Amino acid sequence: MIDLNITWFLLIGILIIGYAILDGFDLGVGVIQLFTKDENEKRVNINAIGPVWDGNEVWLLTGGGALFAAFPAVYATVFSGFYLAFMLLLTALIFRAVSFEFRKYSNDPKNKKLWDLAFGLGSLLPSILYGVAIGNILRGLPIQLTDGKIISSITFLGLLNPYSILIGVLSLVMFTMHGAVYMTMKSSGNQQENMVGLINKLWIAFVVLYLAATLATFFSAPYLFNSILGNPLFWVLIVLLFVAIIYIPVGLKSKKFGLTFLSSSVMIAAMILLMALSLFPRLVPSNINLDYSLTIYNASSTPRTLTTMLIIALIGMPFVVGYSIFIYRVFKGKVVINHDSY
Amino acid sequence: MDPVLLARFQFAMTVGFHFLFPPLTIGLSWMLVIIEALGWKKKNEFYTAAGKYFSKMLGLIFAVGVATGVVMEFQFGTNWAEYSKFVGDIFGAPLAAEGVFAFFLESTFLGLYIFGREKISKGVHWFSCLMVAVGATISAFWIIVANSWQQTPAGYIVQNGRAELTDFWAAVFNPSTVIRFLHTMDAALIAGAFLVAGVSAYQILKNKQAVIAKKSLHVAVIFGLIVSLLEVFPFGHEHGRQVAQTQPEKFAAIQGLYTSQTGAPVALFAVPLDHPPTLKAPIEIPGLLSWLAFGDVNAKIQGINEFKQDEVPPLFLTFVSYHNMVILGMYFILIMLIAVYLLYKKKLFENKKILKLFVWSIPLPLIACQLGWIAAEVGRQPWIVYHLMKTKDAVSITVGAGEILFSIILFGIIYIMLGSIFIYLLVRKIKQGPDSVTGKEALS
Ligand code: HDD
Ligand code: HEM
Ligand code: HEM
Repeated sequence: MIDLNITWFLLIGILIIGYAILDGFDLGVGVIQLFTKDENEKRVNINAIGPVWDGNEVWLLTGGGALFAAFPAVYATVFSGFYLAFMLLLTALIFRAVSFEFRKYSNDPKNKKLWDLAFGLGSLLPSILYGVAIGNILRGLPIQLTDGKIISSITFLGLLNPYSILIGVLSLVMFTMHGAVYMTMKSSGNQQENMVGLINKLWIAFVVLYLAATLATFFSAPYLFNSILGNPLFWVLIVLLFVAIIYIPVGLKSKKFGLTFLSSSVMIAAMILLMALSLFPRLVPSNINLDYSLTIYNASSTPRTLTTMLIIALIGMPFVVGYSIFIYRVFKGKVVINHDSY
Repeated sequence: MDPVLLARFQFAMTVGFHFLFPPLTIGLSWMLVIIEALGWKKKNEFYTAAGKYFSKMLGLIFAVGVATGVVMEFQFGTNWAEYSKFVGDIFGAPLAAEGVFAFFLESTFLGLYIFGREKISKGVHWFSCLMVAVGATISAFWIIVANSWQQTPAGYIVQNGRAELTDFWAAVFNPSTVIRFLHTMDAALIAGAFLVAGVSAYQILKNKQAVIAKKSLHVAVIFGLIVSLLEVFPFGHEHGRQVAQTQPEKFAAIQGLYTSQTGAPVALFAVPLDHPPTLKAPIEIPGLLSWLAFGDVNAKIQGINEFKQDEVPPLFLTFVSYHNMVILGMYFILIMLIAVYLLYKKKLFENKKILKLFVWSIPLPLIACQLGWIAAEVGRQPWIVYHLMKTKDAVSITVGAGEILFSIILFGIIYIMLGSIFIYLLVRKIKQGPDSVTGKEALS
């Protein structure tokens, strides 16, 4: 039976997937910017995502709002628990958001370089931090329920454990690869060839890291595997994931860049769905005692609010998807620099 | 140091800085809807050039608005965890609705509006400008819903240790939503009108593409006069009446009414003293306050003395900020009236004095907005949710004073940096002026 709480678990999952696929590629492009030397190529990078990056980031904001509305206890516990890490993330996102306009209006090449750095680091840091956050959630957080109150004793240094750092590096490589795949559709000539070379290298790193992370999860969070191995959905997702991963180098070779981007997106979606499946019905597992975990039932809002929110989502999201597709079609194809460009 | 005080300071600092940009985004985008429509329908390339120029400015303002807004979205969870748990069932929905209905709309169409000029038809281009303005307006609506629910909660029941939703529409249209939305929206339109007017006045003074600037100044003063008048009457007046009826402590504080009175006066000027609460050197109009608030010169209004002493807001700050907002409101009407009169007499573009005044007035609506929010938010103290939850019970219990202090310093430094670069770039953009319409593009 799919009840309201499960529906909202799925919807938040969809918002996270939307964010990871869409902002994922522009975060990746930001990381690539750090290693791009040529001014012209840099401008191609920025303008490839210029008209769309903010819309992509809104998936995160809406995800935050939806989490607040549907599972307020999770919103409150995780965000206050990850306080300093969160401030770091916000700092990165602030600099990233202004770097586009500030770079555009800098006349001095030295300042332009500075804003490229802000754009690059502002993309690199979130790419890692998202992974670290997910690693910590998978491992479980030190939360306790006493007298119905949620008490957490999360420390900043506690967040920096080897397992979570491994997941952080994995997510960095994944987003960078995804961004590079996106750039193969947007750039041409030399720049495009460089991207293909980069993806081939990142792909190997990604596969190795993914296997290592899976292995590490067996040791760090064995409970995740308790019930899913017998679930057919799990195996469907695994197959989907493997096909998507394997298609990336194949698609590149045959220059089917659009399809390669699609498979890179499917790969990200499958990874997140696998994670959701193994966490379900927990949202934030407790590593003190699994029974203290925040779940979709003990952390949720009332059925009335969940229903209201569902109506809001059903009315609003079709429009969002509609005009997002429209704008991506307007800006389809290779980047052309004109005087409106960044 | 007290974590509650630090958390309050941090919230006030970040939201206050954020709110420098939304009024400009909202106001400027509606100004552009008008200017671009004139350019498109009249096929007038001067309006189109003005539109192009101000749309670039909008891009810059929008970027800083986004950067600072992202901080706000997560702030309730990081700093006000107990609050978030208490109100989440009600407060989260408007925040999510803002994302779904507004942020997607404005950010997607802003991309199209700024970068799509040459890829889409004129009609679609104007439509994308309109969608930016509509998106910004919807965004203002939902965030104001959330804030107004804190001010005048409705449609809820307190059970299971939290406020639970009983009636969505009652919560959305609680007693202060509509008037606060109109008042704040109109304030944003004033900010937009003064920005366009000030920038255009500067171009005329420096004789830079003055033909274009005269067009935009013309639009800005007419629009500005209408919105300035509306802000005081009916919006300001109705807002005051609403506060008198729903938050009497706040009303007493902002009006400086320290003892209950029938035929209460409006204090035009005074220096408020806290201990004991008195107004020094007041200039008052007797009976006017009773009449404004309840339509009867003899109506009784509760003074500060009638409330529990630990449940009244700070007196000095609320009185001073409220009164200065009102004074600025009067000034906006005055300057716009003079300008429209001069325009009618065909003397506006030659009058250096008033043009200079416009240039220096650009920041004033933003100051009025800040003062208004201070009156409204400080006037709500000591409650975070009026008569339901105190601010001191709302902070995150797991976050230490040191961590909050760290983030205050961090964001303080970042915001000073952003603010200075923003002003530097904006001023340079203003000095540079619009591109000429002969097709020769200046460096942008
Ligand atoms: C009256 C209107 C208003 C008010 C009271 C606030 N904002 Fe705001 N906000 C806007 C009106 C606005 C806007 C006009 O929609 C902005 C300005 C620039 C922009 O991009 O959108 C914006 C941007 C903006 C963004 C970035 C959106 C994007 O990426 O496009 C976020 C996350 C928030 N705001 C969140 C908040 C929160 C949590 C507030 C509560 C304290 C708040 N804002 C006060
Ligand atoms: C954007 C314009 C706003 C400004 C300039 C503003 C201003 C302020 C100020 C000055 C304070 C500090 C009051 C004090 O500590 O004495 C404050 C507190 C606060 N405001 Fe606002 N406010 C704004 C909008 C909002 C909105 C839209 C919300 C809710 C959605 C909100 C929620 C709060 C909360 C939760 C606090 C902290 C607790 C408190 O001190 O009451 N504010 N705000
Ligand atoms: C005679 C003129 C005005 C009157 C009588 C008036 C009245 C009020 C009142 C009573 C409040 C407090 C609401 C509360 O505490 O909940 C308020 C808030 C506010 N005012 Fe004004 N106002 C006037 C002019 C202006 C002007 C000119 C601006 C800006 C351009 C402005 C911007 C604001 C803002 C942003 C707020 C905070 C949000 C809100 O509560 O609406 N006001 N105003």
